[in-house]
Amino acid sequence: MPSGAEATRDGTLPAAVPSGGRARSNPGYRRWTPFWFLAPAVFVLLAIGIYPTLFALVTSFRQYNITRPRDGFPFVGLDNYLNVLTDSTFWATLGLTARFFMTVIPFQLALGVLIALMLHRPGLGMLRALARVSLVVPLATTYAVVGLVGRLIFNGDFGVANQLIEAFGIPGFDWLGSPTGAFIAIAVMDIWQWTPFCALIFLAGLSMVPVEIEEAARLETPSKLAMLRYVQLPYLLPGLTAVLILRSADVLKLFDMVFVMTRGGPGSATDLVSVYIQRVGFRVFDMGLASAQAILLLIMTIVLSRLYIRLLYREIE
Amino acid sequence: MQTTLGRTLHALGLTLVILFTMFPFYWMVTSSLKDQSDLLASPPVWLFVPTLEHYGEIFADQKVVNAVINSLIVSVSTTALAVLLGAPAAYALARFEFRGKQDLWFWFISNRMISPIVLALPVYLLALQVKLLDTHLVLILIYLTFNLPIVVWICTDQFRSIPKELEQAARLDGANQWIIFRKIYVPLGIPGIAVSAIFSFIFSWNELLYALVLTRRTVQTAPVIATSFMSGYELPWGKIMATGTVIVLPVIIFALLVSKHMVRGLTMGATK
Repeated sequence: MPSGAEATRDGTLPAAVPSGGRARSNPGYRRWTPFWFLAPAVFVLLAIGIYPTLFALVTSFRQYNITRPRDGFPFVGLDNYLNVLTDSTFWATLGLTARFFMTVIPFQLALGVLIALMLHRPGLGMLRALARVSLVVPLATTYAVVGLVGRLIFNGDFGVANQLIEAFGIPGFDWLGSPTGAFIAIAVMDIWQWTPFCALIFLAGLSMVPVEIEEAARLETPSKLAMLRYVQLPYLLPGLTAVLILRSADVLKLFDMVFVMTRGGPGSATDLVSVYIQRVGFRVFDMGLASAQAILLLIMTIVLSRLYIRLLYREIE
Repeated sequence: MQTTLGRTLHALGLTLVILFTMFPFYWMVTSSLKDQSDLLASPPVWLFVPTLEHYGEIFADQKVVNAVINSLIVSVSTTALAVLLGAPAAYALARFEFRGKQDLWFWFISNRMISPIVLALPVYLLALQVKLLDTHLVLILIYLTFNLPIVVWICTDQFRSIPKELEQAARLDGANQWIIFRKIYVPLGIPGIAVSAIFSFIFSWNELLYALVLTRRTVQTAPVIATSFMSGYELPWGKIMATGTVIVLPVIIFALLVSKHMVRGLTMGATK
């Protein structure tokens, strides 16, 4: 690569290139230099990310059942999409996914703020550090293993969840065998795993509050609530936006834990959208239909991620 | 008075937080040390004589050992590739101005949100056609779709923080961009590169959906094997929990190493 000579020339004679030319803003590299650094990563992501997505898009316009290769894979136009849009099961799984989100998010936000405030409060250094580190444990736990542990904890015969509710006088039951119980069980495991995520984001927000302002406010009012509302809240809002968007994307993605714990059952009580699409694709093997569903899911995700970028990366260049 | 009460409540609250976060982990580890009769005791027992029999069982089980080795091969290879491809890209994003930079940047970030099921379907069909199903390679490659963006993101951030003056000095000595990258940015950016590599390893190690769909027998990863014990009437709970512990322990250790960066890694740096 001849860019060595190029760099030397540009580097040693910066004044000789007054303005204009190839590298106006940042002399010292050729126009194609960034390309060579980026090309491998971009090429690989195109090949393994975009190409399969396009393939899925094409598949979504075909009748594509791999258990019946004799039928061939004819194009059927928008049939799959019409099937999806009129498929009450698909809408039911989306509705259930939304309900799941609405169930877990209030707990995660409330507990997240509470934990963040406790971690932010001065004093008890050791215990605070320990609690902060312990937040990492749920976040790092393999999602599938969360499901395995969930099955043990919520086991109807010897689960510790029953022991807990029986201590409060509620008779134990087969959690994963009952629709409501199974839904609560996966919600509890999700709240356990992702509350620390909210807490850490809010903690980051709290630590952005300038110390002087916080000190002044503390002299002004003894009320913790007023402090939260008028001083700390503005610093929590960006984190709140991030949590809401990322968590909704995560719930749309949620598969591992639910698949291991309930496989979407009993009946369709925990049939979240990703679990359902996986079943249509890999149990029924209707790849055309599943692809159409996946493309719709992708569109929702793209909307979410545009929103995320619009709202949270404004300040970056 | 007021402050003692506040302090007590604070201590109590923090203790509850630790109990809350550690309980399922504690329950998994202790269950893996119970013998079968303690495991099936109802109500569950909290005090018992620990046994290592289930660990003996799983390490004697060739399927579990193979699965752990498969997980290692896949996670290490995909992490190495992600760093190899991602670090130069991060350098370009950190130090060069070019058209379409922002779009590229956002494209990398969007990859964080896409449900794996979207890619699992077409990749399964494509892998079926080119006979790549049930190989390490297909997992290594597909894991790059989420590892590469993480590596690019964290490394870009790291490279931006390296003073430009160092680079200018090197350029005066006649170094080209590639040498500047290798001799200045890589050594100084090692902390960021290491953090991104650890994240990449954690995410690959934890992954289930792709592994479930794209592997059959030979390259099943550890989470897939752990999940596969979940069938039949008499579930081998001790073995399942021991396998779970073996899977989770290394990632928790790694995660503790990068705990300071956890939020950045999970939000792609939207909040610092």
